[in-house]
Amino acid sequence: MATSEKNTIEELDISKEYQYGFHDDITPKFKSRKGLDESVINEMCDIKGEPDWMREYRLNAYQIFKQKPMTKWGGDLTQLDFDDIYYYVKASDRSERSWDDVPDDIKKTFDRLGIPEAERKFLAGVGAQYDSEVVYHNIVEELDKIGVVFLDTDTAIKEYPDLVKKYFGTIIPSADNQFAALNSAAWSGGSFVYVPPGVKVEYPLQAYFRINSENMGQFERTLIIADEGSQVHYVEGCTAPTYSSESLHSAVVEIVCMKGSRVRYTTIQNWANNVYNLVTKRAFAYEDAQMEWVDGNLGSKLTMKYPSVYMMEPGARGDILSIAFASKGQHQDAGAKVYHCAPHTTSQITSKSISKDGGRSSYRGWVDVAKGAKGCKSHVVCDALILDKDSRSDTYPVIEIGESDTNIEHEARVSKIGEEQLFYLMSRGLSEEEASTMIVNGFIEPLVKELPMEYAVEMNRLIQLQMEGSVG
Amino acid sequence: MSKDLVIKDLHISVQGEPIIKGLNLSVKQGEIHALMGPNGSGKSTLANSLMGHPLYEIDSGEVIFDGADVLDLEPNERAKLGLFLAFQYPTTIPGVSLANFLRLAVSAVRGKSENGSGNDGLIPMREFRRELRDKMKQLGVDDSFARRYLNDGFSGGEKKRAEILQLAMLEPKIAILDETDSGLDIDAVRIVGESVSSLIGPDLGVLIITHYPRLLDYIRPEFVHILLDGRIVESGGWELTQMLETEGYEPIREKHGITDKEE
Ligand SMILES: Nc1ncnc2c1ncn2[C@@H]1O[C@H](COP(=O)(O)OP(=O)(O)OP(=O)(O)O)[C@@H](O)[C@H]1O
Ligand SMILES: [Mg+2]
Repeated sequence: MATSEKNTIEELDISKEYQYGFHDDITPKFKSRKGLDESVINEMCDIKGEPDWMREYRLNAYQIFKQKPMTKWGGDLTQLDFDDIYYYVKASDRSERSWDDVPDDIKKTFDRLGIPEAERKFLAGVGAQYDSEVVYHNIVEELDKIGVVFLDTDTAIKEYPDLVKKYFGTIIPSADNQFAALNSAAWSGGSFVYVPPGVKVEYPLQAYFRINSENMGQFERTLIIADEGSQVHYVEGCTAPTYSSESLHSAVVEIVCMKGSRVRYTTIQNWANNVYNLVTKRAFAYEDAQMEWVDGNLGSKLTMKYPSVYMMEPGARGDILSIAFASKGQHQDAGAKVYHCAPHTTSQITSKSISKDGGRSSYRGWVDVAKGAKGCKSHVVCDALILDKDSRSDTYPVIEIGESDTNIEHEARVSKIGEEQLFYLMSRGLSEEEASTMIVNGFIEPLVKELPMEYAVEMNRLIQLQMEGSVG
Repeated sequence: MSKDLVIKDLHISVQGEPIIKGLNLSVKQGEIHALMGPNGSGKSTLANSLMGHPLYEIDSGEVIFDGADVLDLEPNERAKLGLFLAFQYPTTIPGVSLANFLRLAVSAVRGKSENGSGNDGLIPMREFRRELRDKMKQLGVDDSFARRYLNDGFSGGEKKRAEILQLAMLEPKIAILDETDSGLDIDAVRIVGESVSSLIGPDLGVLIITHYPRLLDYIRPEFVHILLDGRIVESGGWELTQMLETEGYEPIREKHGITDKEE
């Protein structure tokens, strides 16, 4: 409706394409080379000093990966070249980038987001000494007292070999899908969390406190075990754009929610828009356990991510909240999967997507009720907001019901920003951009209010950045 | 100097259909005008157009506010100059709390430098909260309103009160009230009437659009205008409302040779 100038603040638009030259500056001691094969895996195992079972696990996964055909559903993966990627770069090598090498526009974005200096360096992949290491050690000490383990997965393999071995790959086997196989072969970093029976962790465990001890990888592997009656909230990611010289991020997250436990896993990710973000996340929830995924996806070139909950025993509950923001050149193929494997299990999926500047978001959902799983309830709500005529939104829901005694509801809505809404807000003094930003923030508010305070604030600011210069 | 709203020979159409056909009206700061007219006569069309609604096409004429033509200005720029519209049908904005919205609106309208605003350009939270609480109290608006989503699930009467709350917070020079009394219960009409009249002073000019003299009992207008067939056909004082109350629009239609298009 308005005539505001377009693109005036384009330089700050974090969805803009960047060229990163970071990897040119790396001179790894370990001779990383592109592509994955047995010798790269063996070398990686040697450097990490991994036990034999893990080496075998990786090599086996690699065989599976090699045999899997390229994934054809979801988004367009034809440009993804597995041989053009570094699969292992030692953390110490990564830190040789310098802050001066970080492009100005990225620094400016950090300014706008109000990210503290130390954190910025980390986010830009500049591995400077980071205060959070101190914070992390304090937290670990605290957690130690109540028996909670919170480590990077590489360390956990050494310190808690039996526990890790017992669950690793049991929720998401290597053969599950192409990217799970790749991750199982090439994984590095990620978190390992164990919460003993009855222990309730009072504050969210934040991955980024941990991140600097093992630099954020592209193939993180996270395993969380919540023992009976325990409770934990894990938060990963950061709303600041995450710059990576590599164009593939493929994590695996496995969660075990034992009887009566409660786990919430919150992710806010904002990848640079050259990144393929292909993540497998799955939880098993046993009797009366409750699993909640809160998943926010911004940035990236293509995201394919469908957090899932398998409700294995009666009374289990799975909740999945997902927000996707697709800007120019981006495809967010996000969704959720719930499997009602036992009677009297309940699930709720809430998906909100925003598409702008030709961006595409799709909701891909799966609701499955096993034969004999009586008295299950599932409620799915998909809301899509499309900001302009070039942008797109689709839903691909699948519902498989093997049991007639179930109650499933599916609602889907697609909306546009209403002219009346814009006029109303503008008549109160808001510019068109402020008004549309406010409407978008209002649209995702039901999910944002589930986030920890500081993430909610950053999320709103990030939406503001995404909306800048977008009105025309 | 007083900021006047002057409308000269204004022609407005909606989707090619002429609705306002040569309207002249001037509202000065400190004056109270009432605009009455049958359903569909174009009152809301006029009100929305004055605020800059994109749907309404201005075919010709002028709208001068504070000496400048505002017809080319965006709605937010008009708001910043001191124009305000209390909507007949306020829109719902889900997920946006009344308080958050109003803080941004107040900051935008009052100007960023004023009130020692913080570096985010917003009026300081504590100051804003205090002011909002005071005004909500005066208007008999429940505290919980501030946290509720804008007009979302508000009853008809609550929406209208929220409009007046916004009027009170934004401190405009000229306010247009489009049927703010419709949908209000008797007590609410009194509360709205009394609060609007408490806001009235030399700095606020008001154009009240209404069908009922009840609201006007609280806010005695000095000028009453009757809109028929896209033009103001009668202007007068209080006696006009009394005449309408007893005789309806028919005698005026006859006098001006206008047939009721509803029939
Ligand atoms: N958005 C619109 N789309 C189509 N027609 C419209 C629109 N707005 C107004 N009109 C038409 O313009 C004419 C005047 O409408 P308007 O709402 O201005 O009347 P009003 O005097 O405010 O009536 P009321 O007393 O019922 O509120 C009507 O015929 C109406 O149908
Ligand atoms: Mg009207």
